[in-house]
Amino acid sequence: MGMTVVEKILARAAGLPSVKVGDVVEPKVDLAMSHENAALVINQFQEVFEGTGLAPKIWDPSRIAIIFDHRVPAESPKTATNQKKIREFVAAHGITKFHDVRGDVGGICHQILPEYGYVRPGFVVVGTDSHTTSHGALGAFSFGIGATEMASVWSLGIAVNIEVPATIKVVVKGEFPPMVGPKDLILHLIGKLTAQGANYKVLEFHGETIRKMSTSGRIAICNMSVEAGATSGIVPGDEETVRYLREEAGVTEAIPCTTPDADATYCQTVEIDVSTLVPQIACPHMVDHVKPVDAVAGTKVQQIVIGSCTNGRLDDLEIAAGILRGKKVAEGTRMLVFPASSKIFAKALDRGIVHDLMKAGAVVMNSGCGPCLGVHEGALGDHEVALSTTNRNFKGRMGNPTGEVYLCSPAVAAASAITGAITDPRTMN
Amino acid sequence: MPKVIITLGNDISTDDIYPGRFMATVLPTETPQFAFFDRTDFNAKLKAKAFPAGSIIVGGENFGCGSSREQACSTLKGHEVAIVAKSISRIFLQNSINLGLQVVICPGIEASEGDDLEITADQVLNKTTGRAYDQVRLPAARKGIMDAGGLIPYTRARLMAKV
Ligand code: SF4
Repeated sequence: MGMTVVEKILARAAGLPSVKVGDVVEPKVDLAMSHENAALVINQFQEVFEGTGLAPKIWDPSRIAIIFDHRVPAESPKTATNQKKIREFVAAHGITKFHDVRGDVGGICHQILPEYGYVRPGFVVVGTDSHTTSHGALGAFSFGIGATEMASVWSLGIAVNIEVPATIKVVVKGEFPPMVGPKDLILHLIGKLTAQGANYKVLEFHGETIRKMSTSGRIAICNMSVEAGATSGIVPGDEETVRYLREEAGVTEAIPCTTPDADATYCQTVEIDVSTLVPQIACPHMVDHVKPVDAVAGTKVQQIVIGSCTNGRLDDLEIAAGILRGKKVAEGTRMLVFPASSKIFAKALDRGIVHDLMKAGAVVMNSGCGPCLGVHEGALGDHEVALSTTNRNFKGRMGNPTGEVYLCSPAVAAASAITGAITDPRTMN
Repeated sequence: MPKVIITLGNDISTDDIYPGRFMATVLPTETPQFAFFDRTDFNAKLKAKAFPAGSIIVGGENFGCGSSREQACSTLKGHEVAIVAKSISRIFLQNSINLGLQVVICPGIEASEGDDLEITADQVLNKTTGRAYDQVRLPAARKGIMDAGGLIPYTRARLMAKV
C-alpha cells in the first residue's frame, strides 16, 4: 500500500519498512527547536535526570536549535534573566545552532531554520512552538510540542508516543490574480476547514500553484496550517526546495526529497482554484472567521502590523513598499514593520525598501516576534483595532483583551495603512 | 461529588487560558495566578481557592487550541481542576498528559455550572440531569505516560533502561 509523504518520513525515522495511520511510532528527531521557552525546557530536562546519578546530557547538541525571538531585546528583567540562563546552558552543552539577539544572524525561529539550511526534506522536526508547522514548507514533517516533551526529546533523541496522523490532500490550481497570494489562499482554506477541521491531521499541499510558489509563500501556508488544527502542513520537497536550500541557505551537500506514493491514502481531498480568489480577512476573534475583504472594507484601523513568521519576509516587505511608495500612512493610524530576520532586514535596507516604508510613515523595528504575541511592544489601546499580517487573532493576542485583530496579506495591510481603514488593495491605483 | 465551576464554548485558546503576556513566567509554582486572567471574576475565584480540588471545567470543541505553551496546562494543574471537553486540541492534550492534568474527551457532554459530575473509567455521569456520556478513550501509548505519573518520570525510566 502506498504511503503519504509523512508516513514515509515517519517510517524512515522509526526504522520501519512502512507505517499506517494510527500506528504508534517513536521517530528519531533530526532537529529540535526552541525559543525563549527553552528556559522551561531546561528546567524539565534537568528534572528528568534528578535522582538518576547521571549528569544531564543532551543526546546530540548539534541537532538542537535555540533562537531568541519572542521578546527581543528583553522587555523585562525576568525575560533577560531567562535569556541569560539559556545562554549559559547553550555554552555548557555545546549547542551551536544558537541565534542570540543580534543584528546579523538574529530573527524569528521559523525564518532562521530555513534560512540557515537547518531543515531538510524528509526530516522529523519538533519545536516548542505551535507554528513549527512552518518547516513543512521544506518537505519536513515538522510539528509543535510542549516544553516537557522537548525535555524528553533532548534526553532520548526520539519523539515518544507519536501516532501516525491521517493526511488531507490539498490540491491548488490556477494563477493568483493581482494583489492575491499565498496568505489569501491559506486564510480561505482555514475558513473552509474551520479551526479544528484538520485536528490531528496533516495537510499535504499539491497542485500547479504550489509547485510554482516560492518557499516564502510555502512557509506562510504551512505556518498557518496549525490554525486549522493540523499537526503539520507539508509541501513535498521539489526543485524549488532544492533551489532555496542551495541559493538562499547555501547548502552544498546532496538534498534528497521524499515524495508521496501515487497510491497513497488520504482521508480527504480539498481542491482550490485560486484564479477567482479575492483578498481574504480573518475577523476577530477566530482565525477561521474568514471573509472576503469587501465584507469588512471601511473598518477603521489604528494599528497596522507587517511582519511575523507568516508574512515578514522580503517579498512581503517588497509588496508593502510597492503599495506605499510615494504615499503616506493615514493620520490616526500607526504602521509597525518587523522583518522576520536580520538577513531580511539587511536585504530590505539594500533594496531601499526600509527607506520607502519609513518615508511613508511606517516604524521599522528590529527582527523578532514583536506585537504578534503582544508581550513586548506594539500593544493595542483599549478597544483599538489592528490589521495584521500575523497568524492569530485570539482575544488578547496583541496584548489587550479589549482590542480587535484582523488578519490579512501584506497587500491588504499596506493599502489599508494609506486609508486608515480596511481596504481592498485592488482598488488602489 | 465534583462540581462544574464554569462552562466554556468552542475554541477556547491558550491565550484565553494563559495570556501570552505572562509567558516569561514558566515555573509551575508561579503560573497558577494567571489562569484565565482576562476572565477577571473567574480568575479571582481561582486565586481565592474558591473551588475544591477536582472541580471541573467543561469546554466545547477544540479546547486549548493555539499556542504550544505548557503554562496553559501547568496553570490549570496548579488549581487541581479537571477538564471535560467535547474535543481537545492536539498539543494541549499531549501537554496535559505529560504534566498529569486530568483531561477527559467527552463528545456529547452537556452540563451547566453547578452540576455534579462523576468521571468514571469510560463515562461522564451528570448526576444533576441524570444523563451519562461516553468518553473517547485515549490511545494505549498515552496510557504508559499516565501510568508513569507524567512524561518526566516516563522519560527518566526510559533513560535508565538505556544505560
Ligand atoms: S512571529 Fe508570532 S506566531 Fe511567529 S513565532 Fe513569533 S509569536 Fe509565534
